[in-house]
Parts: sequence; C-alpha cells; structure tokens
Amino acid sequence: MDSAIQDKAAGGTQPAAAKAVLEVEGLKTYFFVRQGVVKAVDDISFSLAAGEKLAIVGESGCGKSMTALSILRLVPDPPGRIVAGSVRLDGRDLLTLSDADMRRIRGNQISMIFQEPMTSLNPVWSIGNQISEALMLHQNLSRQDAFDKSVEMLKLVKIPEPARRAREYPHQLSGGMRQRAMTAMALACNPHVLLADEPTTALDVTIQAQILDLILELQERLGTAVVLITHDLGVVAETAQRVIVMYGGKKVEEAPVVELFEAPLHPYTQGLLAAVPHLAAMSGLAPAQSRLKEIPGIVPALVNLPKGCTFAPRCPFASDVCRNEFPPYETKQPGHSVACWHADALLGGRHA
Amino acid sequence: MSPPPSDSTPHISNGSDAPDTSPAGSFEAELAKAGANVRSRRGMAVFLARRYPLGGVGLAIVLLFIFVAVFAPYITSHDPLSTNPAISLGAPSAASPMGTDFMGRDLFSRVVYGARTSLAVAFGATLLGVLFGVLIGLASGYLGGWVDLTTQRFIDMLQALPTLILAMAMAAALGPSLVNTIIAIAIPKLPSIARVIRANTLSLREMPFVEAARAMGMSEMRIALRHILPNTLAPLIVLATAGLGTAILVEASLSFLGLGVPEPHPSWGRMLSESAAEYVRTAPWLVIFPGLAITLAVFGTNLLGDALRDLLDPRQRTSN
Amino acid sequence: MPDGVLENPAATVGVPVLEVRDLKKHFPVRKGLLRSVTGHVYAVDGVSFSIARGQTLGLVGESGCGKSTVARAVIRLIEPTSGEVRILGRDILSLNKEEMRASRRQAQIIFQDPFSSLNPRMSAGEIVGEPLLVHHTGSNKERQEKVAALFDRVGLRASQMNSLPHQFSGGQRQRIGIARALALDPQLIIGDEPVSALDVSIQAQVINLLMDLQAEKNLSYLFIAHDLAVVEHISHRVAVMYLGRIVEHAEKRALFANPQHPYTEALLSAVPVPNPRLKRQKRLVQGDVPSPINPPPGCHFHTRCPYATEQCKRDVPPLVEVAADHWAACHLRKPLPASVLSDAGD
Repeated sequence: MDSAIQDKAAGGTQPAAAKAVLEVEGLKTYFFVRQGVVKAVDDISFSLAAGEKLAIVGESGCGKSMTALSILRLVPDPPGRIVAGSVRLDGRDLLTLSDADMRRIRGNQISMIFQEPMTSLNPVWSIGNQISEALMLHQNLSRQDAFDKSVEMLKLVKIPEPARRAREYPHQLSGGMRQRAMTAMALACNPHVLLADEPTTALDVTIQAQILDLILELQERLGTAVVLITHDLGVVAETAQRVIVMYGGKKVEEAPVVELFEAPLHPYTQGLLAAVPHLAAMSGLAPAQSRLKEIPGIVPALVNLPKGCTFAPRCPFASDVCRNEFPPYETKQPGHSVACWHADALLGGRHA
Repeated sequence: MSPPPSDSTPHISNGSDAPDTSPAGSFEAELAKAGANVRSRRGMAVFLARRYPLGGVGLAIVLLFIFVAVFAPYITSHDPLSTNPAISLGAPSAASPMGTDFMGRDLFSRVVYGARTSLAVAFGATLLGVLFGVLIGLASGYLGGWVDLTTQRFIDMLQALPTLILAMAMAAALGPSLVNTIIAIAIPKLPSIARVIRANTLSLREMPFVEAARAMGMSEMRIALRHILPNTLAPLIVLATAGLGTAILVEASLSFLGLGVPEPHPSWGRMLSESAAEYVRTAPWLVIFPGLAITLAVFGTNLLGDALRDLLDPRQRTSN
Repeated sequence: MPDGVLENPAATVGVPVLEVRDLKKHFPVRKGLLRSVTGHVYAVDGVSFSIARGQTLGLVGESGCGKSTVARAVIRLIEPTSGEVRILGRDILSLNKEEMRASRRQAQIIFQDPFSSLNPRMSAGEIVGEPLLVHHTGSNKERQEKVAALFDRVGLRASQMNSLPHQFSGGQRQRIGIARALALDPQLIIGDEPVSALDVSIQAQVINLLMDLQAEKNLSYLFIAHDLAVVEHISHRVAVMYLGRIVEHAEKRALFANPQHPYTEALLSAVPVPNPRLKRQKRLVQGDVPSPINPPPGCHFHTRCPYATEQCKRDVPPLVEVAADHWAACHLRKPLPASVLSDAGD
C-alpha cells in the first residue's frame, strides 16, 4: 500500500503545489433526481496547504457541505455521484482509490466533524469506546492502549475528568462536551486534514467560542490543516486565513480573509457582508444603518439551473452576458480570484 | 429551549409527493418536493406507475374486484342461489365456467356474488374501524390525562388477543349476520388505528402551527379537526388499505368456521368449508376457484397497501 | 431592597402594551411508575418587564434560559405558574377560556421554524385568512381582500395564495407566518427566534420587513433571539436571561456598550465578529449552562462567573437599577442611591 502512495505521489503531484496537502480540482458532484440534475457541487477547485485554515462560506444549499462529503467520498449514492474532478490528498487521488483503501484514509489521514454531535455519535457505545475504535482500526493499537489514548484525547480537548467521561454515553454529555468528544475522535489519528462542517452552529454562543478556540488551538499544536464550513461570517473572520465563497454549487470568490472582508469583489460577497447585522460595540465597525441591505430574491434551487451566472437573478449589476454565460475565474489581486463579469468595473469603481 | 438554526428541520409526513430522492440538506429536499408538485397530473400518474409497478397491479386487482362486485348481475346470468340437483358437482363447462357445487349452484356466479360479500365486509369493517379508531386515538392523544390512560388500557386489552381469536369471540357473542361480521372484524382493527392516530396527534399537538392556531384563539375542537386530523390522513390511508386484505381473510376464516356471514349471502370462506373436506378430491374446482378469489383479493390489497405506504409515509422509505 | 425585584424596569409613558410582573413557570419533573413529582424545572423564575407601544424588547439568552417559555407564557400558550401579565392594561391571566380566546387578537406570535409553523395541508391563503375566519371578521369577500392585502404587504404575490407551504422557500414561508400574525391587527407581536432559521441573505429581508411593519402600524415586539447582533439591530431595549431570570435589562445602547452583568459581558465577548483585523478576545467564561432542574443556589451564574464571591453562591442578587434606567442582578454592582434615582426617574 505504501508503494502505491509513493507511486501516485511521484507521478501525480505538480511541483507548484508541492506543499499542498489537499488539492481539489474540477470537482463536480451531481444528484440525479426526478426533477432533473442537481448540480450540488459544480466545478470546485482549491488547494489547502499543510497547517492552513481555510473557510468555505455560503448559505444553505450552496453545496458547501456536499463539497466536504465529496472529498471524503461520502456522497449518498444513489442519487448522488461525483461525476468529474480529482481530490488529491498528499498527492494521491482519493477518487480513484478502492473502497477499502478509502476506508483506511477516512478518519486516519482526513477526518470530519459534523454539525450535530448527538446524531453523529453512536448512542449505544461509550465515548471512549468510539474513539478507541478508530485507533484500533487505523493504528493497530490494542484495546487497552486505544482506550488509554482515548482518555488522553479527551484530556486534550479539555473534557474534565476524562477517565470517567470516557466511560459515559453521548446522552450523558452536554452539547458542548459532545462536540469536544467529536473533535477528540476526529483528531485521534492525527489526520493531515480536518473537515469541520458547521461544527458550532448547533451550539450556544458561549460554547461556540470555546469550541472554536479549541479547534484553533489543536490545529496549531498538531499542525492539522482545517477546512471550516460555515454560514457565519463572524466565525470566518475569527478563524480562517483564506476564504472560499460558494453560491449555487459554484465557487464565486476566493481571497485571503482580510481582503475578502475589506475588498470583496463578487456582488454576492458584498451583499452578504452588508446584509449581516454586527455588534457595533464589539466589532469596531460603524453601527448598521436602520435598514439592513437586502439581497433581493430567494436562494436558488439547484435543480436545472439556468445557464449563466447563478447569482444573476439577484444581482444589481447583472447584464445580458451574466444571464448567458457563467463568468470565468480570474485572479484580480494576488491570491484573490473571482467569477464575475463585472469584477473589474467593481474593482475600478472602488479604487476611483 | 430555542435551538439555533439547523439543517435538519423537522418534517411531518405531509403526504405530498416527496421526491424519491432528496439531496442532503432540507432546502434542496424542499425544493425538489415543490418541483414535484407543480408537474402535471398526467406526468405524476406516469411517474407513479413507473415507480410503483406492483402498486399499479394491486390497484388494478382491487378495481377489478370492485367492478365485479358492483356489476355482478351483468357479469353472470345465473342466480347464485338457485339450486339444481340435476347438475350437482358438475365440472367446469361452457355453461358454468367454474363448474357447479353439490347443490348444483353455479360456482362462477357464486364467486362473483361472493365478491360483494367480501368487499362489503372488508370495506365496512375498515370504515367502522377507522371511524372509531380515529375518534379514540384523537381523543386519547389530544385530551390526554385520564381519558388517555383509560383508553390506552382498553386498547392494550384488545391488542392482547390475536385478530382472528378476537374476531371469533366477537362474532360468536354477536351471532351470525352481515352487520355483526363487520363489527366483529372492525373491533380488532381499533388498536392499531387508534395507536397510530394517538402517536401522530401527540407529535402534531406540539407543532408550531398548532400553537399558532391556539394563539389566534381557535377552539380546541376546531384545532383537532382542522389542523390535526388532516395531517394524520396519510398514515391512516396506508393502515386502512393494508388492513383490507386482513379483513377479507378474517371474513373468509370466520365464514369457514361458520361464524361469519350466514346464508343466503355467498361467501368465499363458506364455499371452501362446504366443500373442502368432502369434495376436494372429486370436485377440486369447488376449492380452487373460491381459494383463488381470496388469494387474489388479499394479494391485490396488500400490493396496493405497500405501494401507498411507500408513497405516503416517507419514514418508511430508506433514508439517504 | 427586595422591592426591586417586583418593580418594573422600563419607565414608560401611558399604559404599556405588555406588562409582565414576577412571571414564573415551573414544570414538574415526574418520575417512576406513579409519575410522582420529583422536582421542578424552573424554566421562568420571576421575570418582570414591560413593553411600550411601538417599542421592541429583545430577550436574549442561551438555550434553556427560558426565553421561549416567556414567549409562550405571556400569551398563555403555556399557563404560567404565577405572576401577572397585562396586555394593554388588562390582566389576561384572570380571563376565562372564552374571554381569553376573544382577547387573543391583541397579541400574536411568529415562530422560529418556517417549516413546521405552517400547516402543510392548507394553502397559503387559507393559513393567512384563518385568524379572520376564527374571529368571524368580515364577509367572505372582505376576508379575501384582506388576505390579498396582507400578501402584498409582506412581499408575496396574491397569485401565490393557492400554493401549499412546501412550494415556498424558507424566507417566503416566514412571510406567510408574519402575514398570519398581522391578520387580526394585533398591538403586540411575539417573535420566537423569527429569523434564526433563515439564510443570511434572507434574514435581512425579514428583519427589514418586521421593522417597516413596526414603524407603519406602531407595533410592539417581544423579540426573542440568541443572535446578539440581530437583537441589537432590531430592539429598543434588551433584557438578558440566564436560567429563568433576567440578569440585565437596559436601553440597548447602554447594554451593549456598557454591560453591567458578567454574563452579558461574557455573551458579548463570545460573539464572533465579522472583522478579521480584530484579535480574538479572551473568552470570559468556561463550562456549560447548568441544568435548570437543579440550578445553582444564589446567583445562577456563579458557577461560570470569573468574579464570583461567597455571597454569590449564597444569595440571589435582586435586579436593581445600577445606572439610570440600567438594571442588573449582580452583587458586585451597587444600586444607585435613592436621591439619584428620583432625579433620574423624571
């Protein structure tokens, strides 16, 4: 198996992206349903450097969760199918692996934290037992060693009395504790990449802060690269180094975090930033006006999307070309790319 | 107390044609559902026939039996009751396509008229069972308290006995007649219907739209009838259809045992009991045709019930 | 000063639209075969506030703090254990069933979940028209016209009246819920997390709609939310709840700029700020919200409070006025002297 990895690594990695731990290219995940084809993930490409913190932000149904599931090859099939693209983890294309090889990678080299820790944990096994399972599977530890390591992991995620908690069941833990346990489980095998899908959305704000702090602290300590999937721009601003904005299954903008918040180029990103009320006292920003800026219209259904830019029906700048053809991704500033026909005009307008 | 937004919004079975497949994320699912509804009725029918071919077969069988029952006098020219010793135990022939029984009655017309008895009992018992089952379940779930406690114990009692035993006891106590057979078969149906309705009512009672109705000043009675009952229809239809087959079978069994529909109504079950022991070797058609009728009717209703369950009750579907 | 608990923090002119005094709701916890009561959940434990006409009171707190129970108790969707609720000066807890039903038109509620708050089997038009039908308002034709007007007002097309709820998007469904709440021309609207389940780009639309409607109809809102930024945007006054009690209550700018209770401070510091140049704040609190079944004695917050003293573990702090029109329930804040109070009160 090891030689296979090396072969792939030798043949598959481009020199330019040598330090990228995860490279996604042209990923397309479609769902074939009665009403037509749902293009849940449509031509997504990005790369993630070792130890990097990347956020994917978007609204419900924009395809951000499905991107993560596609990377792990956990797309419900049928009706879903990854129809194109490649996902290279340490240079090895996950999409060409056998199911057995893929299982060896999941939870080991790449793992995931889900939104709802109650449903993502098995209610009939103790927390320690569930963490041990991954360790026994991937690291060939004995039952006792695995359990000891689980207790250690629970200690690492700052669960008080880890030895006792390891013997408890998910329902005996609070929501915050469960998410800590999930994090412990995800990090148990020291993965290179951690996918966190709305890890704090179901939690209260004071607990959310604790969990985000925890993920960031562990990320730094263990050197794990993190893909944080969220709809919360505040969470993005506080955690990510780089941000991808998704809309209607497509990547519409990618930029370093400060640049995205201060000089967004895509009209959707601009609208999103203006539409969110923020705490004036805490953010150092001016209080929002008495009326929030609205993005008109509704979030589009992904079934049989019309050609052209998916945001065009809601976009104040939309022109004929927008309605006819999806714009190409263009790099407008170093590290800042956008898919918008009018990005140059918007960029120029701001500089003027 | 107030959970933050979650992708997994609770869904109650709304009976609409939820798409066979829903991409993860309720939003897509919701839209797919909406997309399904705006389609034409004909497209819908084509889709259903394609997706549930066995359900279509079941529906055809049930419709066939209904047709036969309704138009019995036009389908056969023989009187199912007139005896003629001269042609007793006649083999199937052009004049009597299914042969004749030991009293010389035309078996074909008896099977055809037997459909009337069977369907009358099956539909009658189901209707009665649904009516009282819904009443009990709704009252039990909506009112709660001691009403719930007493009815639930009563239901437990009924459910402790197997369907046929209970129906036999009831039929024996009430005496043989068409109406009594219907009642006897309806009673064992009560527990399952009342349970499902009660469980649905309990969860619906806590739904925000019911709270909204209460907040606008709607009376409890009206809430129960307008907001709760219509939302329990889907599981109810499923249960009722699936129960049709059982009712047909129980009627046949009761009649076979002499506890069911009395003479002169022709009953498939009684036809079997009259002939099974004595004539099964000499005149096998007396057993084969009524037996086939029972089998086909039960088969048809079960197919239809299964398809309806898949269609109307998303919880039964394999989730993705 | 024990009277401080009962005193109403909001100084308002005229009769408040909603006035709540010492509201309590304790749910019995039953266990065992005999369903004997083994304890109580102190969901709401002595809450007082009032809302003036045309004003919004934002009620914030984490899950389990009792804010949704308050929302339901003030319109008797849940019967309060004790306390007083006055809508337009009328004590609604003393009304009998019939009187209550008739007076429900003054206060309506909007729910969090736009999917389960509409009956999936009724058309949008039926849903919005139902309150009118229940209260026998107008003729059939007048009702139709009113429903069409409501549709128009909340930004839906009248042609959508015959569509079923599942044919609408989440934001549109919430608009239907708002139209239903407006149908009876209420004075007070309770919003139980009305925008929490919506997408960011849709949330702004609904917040703007709610604020426009308030300005137009001089509505009063009790706006319940866990998103502090949304509450700051929409509210005039804000009350912070923790485990069944209001721990701080003030005009919104005062509360957000100068929080007096350590819990409010902790909440504010925990909110992620959409400004990547700001350094992450030091988190003030650790640990989870304790169970409301056996809440900690004394100040409920003392188990997580970085400043807790022995007194906090023992005595319940009263809600007192610590600055002009700024109320907090914390032993570490001294109430204003009486002389200052009488000056500030005018």
